[in-house]
Amino acid sequence: MNAAAWGLGAAVLPAAIVEAVEALTIVLAMGMTRSWRSALLGVAAALVTLAAFTAAAGYALATWLPEAALQLAVGGLLLIFGLQWLRKAILRSSGRKAVHDEDQIFAAEVAAARQAGALKRSGLDWFSFMVSFKGVFLEGVEVVFIVITFGLSAGNLPVAIGAAVLGVLLVLVAGIAVRGPLSKVPENTLKYGVGLLLAGFGTYWAIEGLGIFTESRRSLDWPGADLAILVLVAAWFGLSRLLVRMLRQPTPSPSAPGGRP
Amino acid sequence: MKFVRGFGRFWYDLIIGDDWKIAVAVVVTLALGTGALLAFGVTALVLTPLLGAALMVAFAIAVVIDVRGR
Repeated sequence: MNAAAWGLGAAVLPAAIVEAVEALTIVLAMGMTRSWRSALLGVAAALVTLAAFTAAAGYALATWLPEAALQLAVGGLLLIFGLQWLRKAILRSSGRKAVHDEDQIFAAEVAAARQAGALKRSGLDWFSFMVSFKGVFLEGVEVVFIVITFGLSAGNLPVAIGAAVLGVLLVLVAGIAVRGPLSKVPENTLKYGVGLLLAGFGTYWAIEGLGIFTESRRSLDWPGADLAILVLVAAWFGLSRLLVRMLRQPTPSPSAPGGRP
Repeated sequence: MKFVRGFGRFWYDLIIGDDWKIAVAVVVTLALGTGALLAFGVTALVLTPLLGAALMVAFAIAVVIDVRGR
């Protein structure tokens, strides 16, 4: 595996772990409070839908778009998507947005599952089925989006798919071992890291893809070629730390409850 | 119609998310870069890092506007 493939895996693996942890919390809440069979059938249905969606979208994008156009379209989408992750990470780090807490989310899902009435038909608990399906599908689409955009832009879809599957399997094994929500996974830090990688790679590919508008229709060259990605990720990190410092919410001093020293 | 609206909403929430200003910042910066490439013939080795820096400035502005507006 070359450096680009390692970078690809390093970006997709934590993204898959984060989304799988979130999906696992929802499925666990449904299985433990209502029906494991219905919850797992919901998971299976979501996985089949996601596989079909990945194959269709991946094939369509790879077949119909020329390389530079693909880099522009996919890199642009990846960049916008990644900057949303980075924005949330900056807001969380600066105390302007609540950090993601799996224990809290699990408790809320359990309460909702207990409150919902009986929805049994054809031997299935449809509440568990639908909530599990929706949870896995929505979290899964984010992973699929990253896998397709990253895999196609890097020209290595198998590594992207492999990293995503590995991430999901790791979470699954940990979930079975812990038998509860994986609240110890440093989700907020992982999301910050993924946001930086998506922003770095997205910037590189989106700008490279502007070459589609030139006469040659070839991708634009960055100084240093692929090494520019490292510089971009470092620059996004520097900017994010600067923004965290600028936007940090002042916390009231414990010795001065009134707020004034 | 409800399905189309729901489908569109789903993709909007997934890609654009909570803050549309970031998407606008990216699209406007890339459009300006395309203009510089076509109208002034700026070479790729100069344009690419400049555009990268411009994207970072545009993102920072979008985030600061978003936070100040809360």
